[in-house]
Amino acid sequence: MGIEIFYFLIFPGLLFSGIIGGLISWADRKITARVQFRKGPPILQPLYDFVKLLAKETIIPLRGSVTTFILAPVFALFGAVISAVFILLPVLGIETGFAGDIIVIIYLLNIPSFTYIIGALASGNPLAAVGASREMKLILSYEMPFLLVLISIIIKSGMTIRLSEIVAYQAANGAFIGSLSGIIGFIAIMMCIQAKMGLVPFDMAEGEGEICDGIIIEFSGSILAFFKLTKYIMFFALPALVAGLFFGGLSLSGINILWSVLKVLAVVLLITLVRNTNPRVRIEQAMKFFWIWMNLFAVISIVLALMGL
Amino acid sequence: MGIKDLSFKKSLWVFHLSAGSCNNCDIEILDLLTPRYDVERFGMKLVGSIRHADVLLVTGIITKKTKARVLEVYEQAPKPIIVIAIGACPCTGGIFASGYNFAGPLDKVIPVDAYIPGCPPKPEAMLAGVMKLLAPPPPEQANANK
Repeated sequence: MGIEIFYFLIFPGLLFSGIIGGLISWADRKITARVQFRKGPPILQPLYDFVKLLAKETIIPLRGSVTTFILAPVFALFGAVISAVFILLPVLGIETGFAGDIIVIIYLLNIPSFTYIIGALASGNPLAAVGASREMKLILSYEMPFLLVLISIIIKSGMTIRLSEIVAYQAANGAFIGSLSGIIGFIAIMMCIQAKMGLVPFDMAEGEGEICDGIIIEFSGSILAFFKLTKYIMFFALPALVAGLFFGGLSLSGINILWSVLKVLAVVLLITLVRNTNPRVRIEQAMKFFWIWMNLFAVISIVLALMGL
Repeated sequence: MGIKDLSFKKSLWVFHLSAGSCNNCDIEILDLLTPRYDVERFGMKLVGSIRHADVLLVTGIITKKTKARVLEVYEQAPKPIIVIAIGACPCTGGIFASGYNFAGPLDKVIPVDAYIPGCPPKPEAMLAGVMKLLAPPPPEQANANK
């Protein structure tokens, strides 16, 4: 019992992934600034943002469901932390997890997106409702290719649905990114992660210019800080998942720690560069992109995996 | 200075409210985000919703129509909030001070923390105004306040 609470609150859970996620979010803003020939924020900027939001006043909208509105960010944080724990324990090689944990991870990764929708609809703001409906359509678009890429991974690793065995298979037979189906699946899953994180070009759920931050428009103060922390943690958990599925997992022993940092940073760099070189697309363009092109990529990846490429 | 004050000063999120300006001050505010001035190195960024804001920038004259809206936006903001009047219009009324629809300078409507005059003020002037507002008061002034 004690070790589970330690896992959840301290080491791969809340504290560790919160701090690393904050650093990754700083790296994202810094890379963005360097791409635009700016100087960028200081390294403690995520901490400043978080503490400032905790100390600010929280406004509850008059016409809205108060309990749902306050609990939505809390459940988003729980979902992000527990998915980070389930991803990081096998990927870091601390515990082996259980058979079928990759299916649990698929479900847990959806909890933050669903709580965004629930919180936005509970606030009673029409712009938040527009954002929530866009987020719903986005989930419908990116879940299908995400699942198909995972099926391709499962086929490649010899029909195992256990994340630790997938990582161990790559340790024995080489990382999946080295094969043709791995490269195609990697492209598809990077796009899905871009949409899962709600980053440009798939940030239409919180488009600042058109619907004024959309799903988080009514959130202020400490509950907005919870959403920020959720984003930081997802920014670490999803690249760690990609590193586990395609780059052969992370390790914290000796010189391997450098490789682990490089693997995560490479994924973060790709996400940031895609976000900096693309404009926001409309929701139906995003759906078309995922349903036609990314599904095609994922199916090709499955076929190649079945052929053993 | 505790971590609370420090992080408030280091992470100012700005909401920009145009109460009917000629767009000149607004363009100058957007200049602050460009690579030449880059206010993100001080942790400032523009946010889309007043609920996330720490700083309310008001540009343009306060007319009889927009007075109620400015007041409403101010009341919707989570406190503490810093109000900054950008340009001659919200500071004094400028050339519109004798207009038939002029409803008074901004400090007659909501409490104002800093005035940055100019038509439009230069981006350097805005940065200098914010920095002066956030800097700790000089010792003689601190004694005079006691």
